[in-house]
Amino acid sequence: MEQACINPIETLAACLISAGATAELASFVQILIGVLLISAFPLVLVILLIWVERKVAARVQDRLGPNRVGPYGLLQNVADAVKLILKEDITPAGADRVIYNAAPIVAMLSVLLIWAVVPFSPAHIGADLSIGLLYFVAISSIGTLAIMMAGWASNNKYALLGAFRVVAQLVSYEVPMVVALLVPVLLAGTLSMQALVRAQIGMWFIVPCLVSAIIFYISNLAETGRAPFDLIEAESELVAGYNIEYSGMKFGLFMANEFMHAFTANLLFAVLFLGGWSGPGAEQYPLLGFVYLMLKTGVVYIFSLILRATVPRVRIDHMMAFNWKFLVPVSIINLLIAALLIQITRLFGIAPAPGETDFVAHLPQALILLLGNLALIGGIIQALRSSGRRDRLAEQARSRADETAIIPAGSGD
Amino acid sequence: MLELNATTLAFFVFAILSVGGALGVVTSRNLIHGAVYLIISLFGGAGFFILLSAPFLAAVQVLVYIGAIAILIIFAVMLTRSMTNMAEVVNRQWWLSALVGALLLLMLAVGVIFPVWGDGGLLPNQPVSDQVATTDELGAAFVGGEDYVLPFEVASLLLTGAMIGAIVLARDTEA
Repeated sequence: MEQACINPIETLAACLISAGATAELASFVQILIGVLLISAFPLVLVILLIWVERKVAARVQDRLGPNRVGPYGLLQNVADAVKLILKEDITPAGADRVIYNAAPIVAMLSVLLIWAVVPFSPAHIGADLSIGLLYFVAISSIGTLAIMMAGWASNNKYALLGAFRVVAQLVSYEVPMVVALLVPVLLAGTLSMQALVRAQIGMWFIVPCLVSAIIFYISNLAETGRAPFDLIEAESELVAGYNIEYSGMKFGLFMANEFMHAFTANLLFAVLFLGGWSGPGAEQYPLLGFVYLMLKTGVVYIFSLILRATVPRVRIDHMMAFNWKFLVPVSIINLLIAALLIQITRLFGIAPAPGETDFVAHLPQALILLLGNLALIGGIIQALRSSGRRDRLAEQARSRADETAIIPAGSGD
Repeated sequence: MLELNATTLAFFVFAILSVGGALGVVTSRNLIHGAVYLIISLFGGAGFFILLSAPFLAAVQVLVYIGAIAILIIFAVMLTRSMTNMAEVVNRQWWLSALVGALLLLMLAVGVIFPVWGDGGLLPNQPVSDQVATTDELGAAFVGGEDYVLPFEVASLLLTGAMIGAIVLARDTEA
């Protein structure tokens, strides 16, 4: 009995069985506690996240941010949440009741379900599916559905316009995101999230898959609808966007969902490209792995917050052109280059053996792939420069032609 | 006989989802409601794939059918607002669709259900196969020389052709 209960965080079921519970009851209790923890953690975290976001945005804009309620304004969001719950819950007269009320729930689900496959530590993951990464892609596509439901059911033209933009934006940016994710999958040879993290113990994937990491980060910003891609709720154009008719806690759910989605996207970036829980001592002490994961997520999250507070909003046609004419081709070329280089390194025997955790063994392949990535980045910059120069020259030629056309007309006066 | 365990329970939940959703699709007057019912029905189908130990197909079902096709249907319906509240449930082709539906059901019953699970069938109360293929094996079968590489490539070619056709149709004539 003592043996199994030394570390109940990892061996709860065994501990319960030794305490006299039946096997079914023990596994049921273990799964129930796991589900409750995994779904409650992001919901509690989001209160803190909104505070962090407001503080960072305030500092970027040379303000103080929330500083009245509680120490450092920490309780400001608790007060806001209480206010939202107490507000009157209005359903517009022309709204489609069932779909209108279901939309915030579906939106919440689409983010919370992703947490089921996030590996928090070597021992802790909701469900280590063999198709974990594909599951993440599939679940995030449900988020589009929730926003469409909200936009249509509100019976409001601004909400509907916001929903139209969502389809264009989210469905488009899914393409480069999925293609970029294929490169880490090629390297690790698996779709399981836990195995993807284990494959990074020797070398984080951000080194051999630099371009993929950048594309994933950008398209994730668009998927979560954050600045500079926050066209879903462009206040100046759409009044508020898909959630214009929502009030009270239903609006609160949408807002919490947006912040949670942004954090989840950065969490996945840390899992897929920054080694997840891997770090010194993480295998012996799983909770240390959780701390590493949160630290890595925090770094990229703060970066995305500064980005959000700094850059202006992109225009809708620019955004679509950027996706289809730039991100999609680049991600496909990147995939081809990565696949070729990985095959070459395997052919010459300098690729690390599967399951290799030594840093030095990963070095040759990672460096070759990194060189390939840098060459791709260099080529892109060169192509952009020459196309920019062509545009400028064409512009100059046109304005010169205009001048010569105007002068004779003026001189004849 | 059926045992009452978690799998049976899940089977009935998914069965209710998929059949109930399908009924909702054909009976609801509002096309958006119909599309949402379709999504519920497709979710039930994804659940069946999981019960059949095919998680890859389940994820693809959610990704392709719910994430892309159902969204596209809703999008098309939203752009044609007058279609969202239709007065009549049946149109002039009701007998044709009823005939096709009945024939399809008959074909399924005669061709699949009775020979396999009926009296004196091939596999009374037995799983069709005790082999559980993993996602790795599925991927290898798609590109393996002897397996399904030809159908896989033909399907890819078909999709590429459809995509190019869509681009040609959507393009302005003068551009």
